[in-house]
Amino acid sequence: MPPNTQDTDLLDIDDILSEEEILLRDSVRGFVEDKILPNIASWYEAGRFELDLVKDLANLGIFGMTLDGYGGGGARARAYGIALRELEAGDSGLRSFVSVQSSLTMNGIYMFGSEEQKNEWLPKMASGDALGCFGLTEPDAGSNPAAMKTNAVQKGGDWEINGVKTWITNGSISDVALVWAQTEETNSTGGIRGFLVPTDSKGFSATDISEKASMRASITSEISLNGVLVPDEFRLPEATGLKAALSCLSEARFGICFGAVGAARSCLETAIDYSQTREVFAKPLAALALTQDKLVNMATLYSNAGLVAMHLAALKESGKATPAHISYGKRNNVAAAREIAREARSVLGANGISLAYPPIRHMANLESVYTYEGTHEIHTLVLGQKLTGHSAF
Amino acid sequence: MKIAVCVKQIPDPAEEGSLDDATKTLKREGKLILDDSDAYGVEMALQLADSAGGEVVLVSMAPNGETNGLRTALAMGAESAILVSDPALQGTDALGTAKVLAAALKTASPDLILTATESTDGYTGTVPEQIAELLEWPSVTFAKSITIDGDKVKVERQTEVGYDEVECPTPCVVSVTAGVVEPRYPSFKGIMAAKSKPLEEKTIADLGIDASQIGWEGARQEIVDVAEVPAREAGEVITDEGDAHEKIVDFLKEMKVV
Repeated sequence: MPPNTQDTDLLDIDDILSEEEILLRDSVRGFVEDKILPNIASWYEAGRFELDLVKDLANLGIFGMTLDGYGGGGARARAYGIALRELEAGDSGLRSFVSVQSSLTMNGIYMFGSEEQKNEWLPKMASGDALGCFGLTEPDAGSNPAAMKTNAVQKGGDWEINGVKTWITNGSISDVALVWAQTEETNSTGGIRGFLVPTDSKGFSATDISEKASMRASITSEISLNGVLVPDEFRLPEATGLKAALSCLSEARFGICFGAVGAARSCLETAIDYSQTREVFAKPLAALALTQDKLVNMATLYSNAGLVAMHLAALKESGKATPAHISYGKRNNVAAAREIAREARSVLGANGISLAYPPIRHMANLESVYTYEGTHEIHTLVLGQKLTGHSAF
Repeated sequence: MKIAVCVKQIPDPAEEGSLDDATKTLKREGKLILDDSDAYGVEMALQLADSAGGEVVLVSMAPNGETNGLRTALAMGAESAILVSDPALQGTDALGTAKVLAAALKTASPDLILTATESTDGYTGTVPEQIAELLEWPSVTFAKSITIDGDKVKVERQTEVGYDEVECPTPCVVSVTAGVVEPRYPSFKGIMAAKSKPLEEKTIADLGIDASQIGWEGARQEIVDVAEVPAREAGEVITDEGDAHEKIVDFLKEMKVV
């Protein structure tokens, strides 16, 4: 019999959840168990994101869950985190889809958009009738987005945008792309501005990156903008400077802090279950001290990461979460989940490399998560600067 | 149209249950959840209310005031719930359950009552028809689909070989087969809305039920013995030496499957 969460989480962290949060957890978990887990291995192998899931996720109320109004749910940060945690126990690609739709794009529009832009996009994105993507990273500008080459030049009342964005989750299935571009505008925060570019705009194209060994059940695209013309009304009026883009990333990173815990749970539960049924030297693998050492180390990393996520949620809900707090959570929790996935793979022995079991899939996915949304290394530098006052960027 | 759905809150089947030594019944301590088999009735009622207009009310009974499973069904979209909760209900058998539910259902004055075909913890499968008999309403069992047509319902009634098309005047009781609709997952907004939906608790005295009719005292059904399910025998492993398919075919012939 597989262990229940209480057995896996040595600190019973979910005991602090409210009745509503538990209902939400169980609802999303039920969805993942029914709809995702039976199919994810074959989707992953085929390199497929199942578009039918969009409506299911919208019906769960996950898109724009924390937004007030505009079709949003007005949820507290922790409830949103719990939902993402449960989704990533299915697959990091599923959580990434939601992070991009909800945390990056909808949140970007919500924080920096005009009233017209919010009314135009947010309700239909909340209902899953419109999809969005977030274009910041470029082939030659990853950790240093300020070096982006994509630019927007004013032509009469319009903006002409040229450039290439890459590693864009949901790029080819989106209706709108939130594209960040250099402009000649000047103020103290620099000339980077955000534009809502309809993906049917002339000069916009998206090509999927198909040869991936990670995030295979997620769509990753390269976006080309060749003389794309958009009116000034499509520019996010409140987004002045790179800081706006980075604050969207903070929202998504918060979700990753929770999501990583979900992937870790899937791996840990699989390892415990497997070790109890697999026999070696005439006894269960779980009865070997070396296995128990692995399981306890994994369970400790898992519960600690869970606590970090809960604490970040508390900070966020009280308005005290800083970018450094989020860096701590993203860096710690993804590294913990990555370590747990690898150790779980080893507990499963040769079967650990089979997609019939989740650890190898999570392990490969978490390599992406380790690097996207601020690399592990960049978050180390953020925290190093926080401790020492010296910037080592 | 007012549709009442009978729902049961049961111990989580994913967790190992245990029996009470004295009464030989399932221990129902701790958190109870919505019986999965009732989720189909709730979903069907919500779909009917969506298409034909109307509201969905839940009716349940539990000895200990548990509301967790009802909150789940309210979060799915039902408008209100009635919970008959009374310590005297402990030990109530199937007929006693039907008496309590029928009395509670009367207070809701529904046009249609939906139930599961049986609960996942008790499996007697008799309560829906007992309720219909007590209310003196017609009943249809094993519905795979229901449509409302004026003052009657049209039901596709699942059978071993297909389905019967049955018409039945309302008010009536219809039991819904598991798996015929896909129960929705409670949405975040649904969960938050459920917090403020009316959940009325009633005692057996409120329903005018005599305590001697229910509980251990009223139970006419007694569990005289329980036994462990026999362990499954190990299967036969056929090693393929070029003739495995023949051996499997022989085995299936022996089983009279082919």
